[in-house]
Amino acid sequence: MSAARRKTTYREAVRDAIREAMLRDPRVFLMGEDVGRYGGCYAVSKGLLQEFGEERIRDTPLSESGFVGAGIGAALNGMRPIVEVMSVNFSLLALDQIVNNAATIPHMSGGQFAVPLVIRMATGSGRQLAAQHSHSLEGWYAHIPGLKVLAPATLEDARGMLWSALEDPNPVLIFEHVQLYNMEGELDDAAGAVPISGAAIRRPGRDLSIVTYGGSLSKCLAAATVLAGEGIEAEVIDLRSLRPLDDPTIMASVARTRRVLIVDEGWRSGGISAEISARIVEQAFYELDAPPARLCGVEVPIPYPKHLEDASVPQAESIRAAARALVRPT
Amino acid sequence: MPSLGADMEKGTVVEWLKKPGEKIARGDVVAVVETQKGAFEVEIFEDGVLSEILVPVGTEVPVGAVLARIESGEAKPLATPAPPAPRPAVAPSPTPPPRPSLPSAGERLRLSPAAARRAAELDVDPHSVTGSGQGGAITLADIEAAVARAGRTTGEKGRRGFDPSAMRQAIASAMARSKREIPHYYLGLPIDMSRALQWLAAENARRDVENRLLAGVLLLKATALALKDVPELNGFWVEGGPRLSTGIHVGWAISLRGGGLMAPAIHDVDGKSIDQLMAALRDLVVRARTARLRGSEMTDPTVTVTSLGERGAERVYGVIYPPQLAIVGFGAVRPAPAVVDGAVAARPTVYATVSGDHRASDGVSGSRLLAAIDSHLQAPEAL
Repeated sequence: MSAARRKTTYREAVRDAIREAMLRDPRVFLMGEDVGRYGGCYAVSKGLLQEFGEERIRDTPLSESGFVGAGIGAALNGMRPIVEVMSVNFSLLALDQIVNNAATIPHMSGGQFAVPLVIRMATGSGRQLAAQHSHSLEGWYAHIPGLKVLAPATLEDARGMLWSALEDPNPVLIFEHVQLYNMEGELDDAAGAVPISGAAIRRPGRDLSIVTYGGSLSKCLAAATVLAGEGIEAEVIDLRSLRPLDDPTIMASVARTRRVLIVDEGWRSGGISAEISARIVEQAFYELDAPPARLCGVEVPIPYPKHLEDASVPQAESIRAAARALVRPT
Repeated sequence: MPSLGADMEKGTVVEWLKKPGEKIARGDVVAVVETQKGAFEVEIFEDGVLSEILVPVGTEVPVGAVLARIESGEAKPLATPAPPAPRPAVAPSPTPPPRPSLPSAGERLRLSPAAARRAAELDVDPHSVTGSGQGGAITLADIEAAVARAGRTTGEKGRRGFDPSAMRQAIASAMARSKREIPHYYLGLPIDMSRALQWLAAENARRDVENRLLAGVLLLKATALALKDVPELNGFWVEGGPRLSTGIHVGWAISLRGGGLMAPAIHDVDGKSIDQLMAALRDLVVRARTARLRGSEMTDPTVTVTSLGERGAERVYGVIYPPQLAIVGFGAVRPAPAVVDGAVAARPTVYATVSGDHRASDGVSGSRLLAAIDSHLQAPEAL
């Protein structure tokens, strides 16, 4: 019954997801800057132009507001657009379209108009792209009612979230961390759509819960492995979805471990980790043995030099140290 | 059930010395309870009539549980119509279940929310639990460990005497808490005991054997007088600050023959004569070793003195008993070279030390304390 597995990368998994969507549904098309001839700035869509043609793999002008707006219009008119924005930093140019139009139209029309739009964007640091291309602003989008915000951190989710997102009548934002594109691993040949709601426990543990998502997941898992050698069993929760948040999974984990560390590459002040921490205190206060701890990005624009860039966001070692401090304070 | 120290969790009533209906006065001993540290007498701080015993002999209850009720004032004459407001001294509710004592307003525990809930479920007084969490916070695991420890000793309830492993556990938690929470500073000063010992020898020469004095009593009194001069080392660390005590109640460290250690109080040492102190010391040692101390003697010490005696080591740097502010130590008195009038001479010397809580005081206070002890020991006739 076990299906054949093959080696792949996160980048290929996203590409396979796009290809599957294109093959399954003629209403699906991809548009964005350099997605066609260049094959995508992270080479996700390489080869798709040749396979599907210019009608369905569309290079756009350098105008995020324009092509995201076009995507909303297409979705309103029955298409299933996949819009790629090069980086979350650039998506700010399309903020009006995303926040004032995509997120609101289903509500303002009393449910008459759905916006089944998917916007994919790269997020996060680690590629030495400096302060205008490296930030983690997905927490901002998680603030907006009307949007769904996803953060695939595994090959399975990179492969499977896109189709489910296209099926959803609401606008869905998918954040792909730039450091994940080269992540290698094995994927079932039969891998396909996965649910886009709910967090996943990627590693069970009894001593503390580490809540994270996206690019920080693999660092948390690496930290958990080292911690296990020190006798500390960390449970690692991959949020998968930042909006909506899966409160029951988080609270159930905290109720088992009684300590929680939230790891988020975004800035601490007003970030998604602050929201998670507040919910834990509201819903699971009496389960706690220690105040919820957060490990977030340092509050600076992401620096260009490699060593400073690395130092500005959580890494496996700082995650390990923070977890240890929480479990063994002395 | 009175708390007889920060590390006490529960106690077992092993004897009732008063019966319901009996008149009792402040200071009377009404019961004997057994704890990790041995058996203690429960004193009464109210005049009245013992109206009801709620905890029978052999029953173990947590600290804070109601053991008995006292009707204050005269026993109500049955025939008298409506006496003016007979006011019960204790809570008037008819059948309150034994409850752990709640944190008093002044003393906020660092107790995790999960631990607080578990403690309530298990009827554990969190004040009796040592915390292992952040900032010494008590965690759920600490509560459960305390219960597990208690569970091990419940099988022995009703038995007189004490369980050495339980006492070791009590010492362990108090000392671990001290070293975890209290930043100690340590000072030492060799003190020339020539004058004190000469005075003692002369004094003992004219006393009969029963009334002879021990050098320890001089050290005790000198320490108390020195604490009057340097009051900042006498008291407790509470609510994040020092609370100095006007009374000087010295906890005198007594090692027990079965192993273990306790430091019950001798009250108002600075105001007692040498003879009174000698009697108190003898009485205390006997009662400590026969496990017959009073509750207040365990909770009242404002400072601890540990004197190693004749065969002890030269110096002792003590670990402060929380929440006290200091512990004064004396090694064995032994001849040591001293410079007297520019020449080296052998003099009987005691090495005095003080361990102080650096949150509450600085080394200069500790230094002044040691200097004051020295100066009082140089005038033994005034002690």
